[in-house]
Amino acid sequence: MNAPLVKLSGISKYFNGEKALSAIDLSISQGQIITLIGPNGAGKTTLVKIVLGLVDASEGAIYRSPDLRIGYMPQKLHIDTTLPITLERFLTLTEKSTKLCSAVLDEVGILRLLHCPLSSLSGGEMQRALLARAILRKPNFLVLDEPVQGVDVVGQEALYALISQLHDRLNCAVLMVSHDLHLVMSSTNEVICLNQHICCHGRPDQVSNNPAFIELFGDKTTAYTTYTHHHDHDHDLHGAVKNTGAADINERGCLHD
Amino acid sequence: MIDVLLYALLAGIGVAIITGPLGAFIVWRRMAYFGDTLAHSSLLGIAIALLFSIDPTLSVIVTCLMFAMILVVLQQQKNLASDTLLGILSHTSLAIGLVAMALMPDVRVDLLSLLFGDLLTVNKNDLITIYGIGLITMFLLVKLWNPLLAITIDEELARVEGVRFKAIRTAFMLIIALEIAVAMKVVGVLLITALLVIPAATARSFSKTPEQMAFFASIIGCLAVLLGLACSWYIDTPAGPSIVLCAGLLFLISLFRGNR
Repeated sequence: MNAPLVKLSGISKYFNGEKALSAIDLSISQGQIITLIGPNGAGKTTLVKIVLGLVDASEGAIYRSPDLRIGYMPQKLHIDTTLPITLERFLTLTEKSTKLCSAVLDEVGILRLLHCPLSSLSGGEMQRALLARAILRKPNFLVLDEPVQGVDVVGQEALYALISQLHDRLNCAVLMVSHDLHLVMSSTNEVICLNQHICCHGRPDQVSNNPAFIELFGDKTTAYTTYTHHHDHDHDLHGAVKNTGAADINERGCLHD
Repeated sequence: MIDVLLYALLAGIGVAIITGPLGAFIVWRRMAYFGDTLAHSSLLGIAIALLFSIDPTLSVIVTCLMFAMILVVLQQQKNLASDTLLGILSHTSLAIGLVAMALMPDVRVDLLSLLFGDLLTVNKNDLITIYGIGLITMFLLVKLWNPLLAITIDEELARVEGVRFKAIRTAFMLIIALEIAVAMKVVGVLLITALLVIPAATARSFSKTPEQMAFFASIIGCLAVLLGLACSWYIDTPAGPSIVLCAGLLFLISLFRGNR
């Protein structure tokens, strides 16, 4: 395994005395894809911001590799309607070479929108624009906060495929906040299921069977239709043992195939 | 007599060129009220200058800058909404300035010219100050343009990309303070925000990039100065308010052009 790009040990975060995150250990190395999932208010975005250095942790230590280069894709961009800006200008904010900007836009498939106002972009196009800006810096670590937000199902597929393709080309680490465990990611993915602490982590097919995961997401599993395993049964919400430990996998009594 | 008009015109244009791009940022960052508060605080700066007989321009710059810093700190507390806080500070600072001046019996100040500007009394020294400070602010604006734009679009994204947010924000406050100190002369403390906000808002409807909007805002500002002065000259209206009125009319016309 490569040396970690970012390593969190024992990270906790309090907001006005309320615990938002506790005892998070997390290590991300080159080439790794980590997906962070969890219910609303689980602290996913807070954790991401701590990794990015935008928010200081209350406790714990963070190590960042000296050659860490982060490409960040925020959850949403709120551009004031009074600010006129084209897609091209949005990218040249960080990269002076318009040639490079065009190349990156071509890669994410929206080069034709180069001179369009940013406000005219659709949800999916906007996500691609943000992705373009993130990879423009040639990062070795991509941080994506809900990258498929506001994108229809077909678009989501395409976007995940694109992220996977970018990951392969840049050979970067990826930390992604998501609501679903996606097929495209499943081979290399590590999933961390977060609810103020790390409930469980492991490969998607392992995590999705973990009682801690099932307890969090209950029988809403229909939303996760792209799992590598098949739902041939219903999960019993009450059957799940309250297990806050790490990845104890497949100990619940639901039978898979 | 023609000197008076020429000086007034040069002074007005010198200020309007800078208030264009600066005003664009004020509009994008939704800081109109913030600018208003700082402009009001400049009256206190004048009072301080009179009290200690120091240079009024310098005093205004320092006072505005201090108010800006206080505002930034206060805005970080969450008990009061930002606009409430600004509402309190804006009018309190204006009141402090007015009271402080009233308390100095041996000082005669032309309050109206401080509040609404006195463009027709601009002299050579004023012009040197306006253009000297104008050059400094223009230099800073050009130099900081990209990072400023980046934090305006998304502060967190810019920070991740290595923009030193606090330094840039402080520099921006400095630019506002500098510009208020000179714009005071032209439109007075009560109307400075108008000169910042109206040309920028007018420029919005025919701009495609931030740079275009900043440029057009400068042009529209200059046009307003020209029209306002003409108005003042021919029908003897007060210069500062006439300029603002013309800016307002230009904005109205831009509305008919239809927003995109």
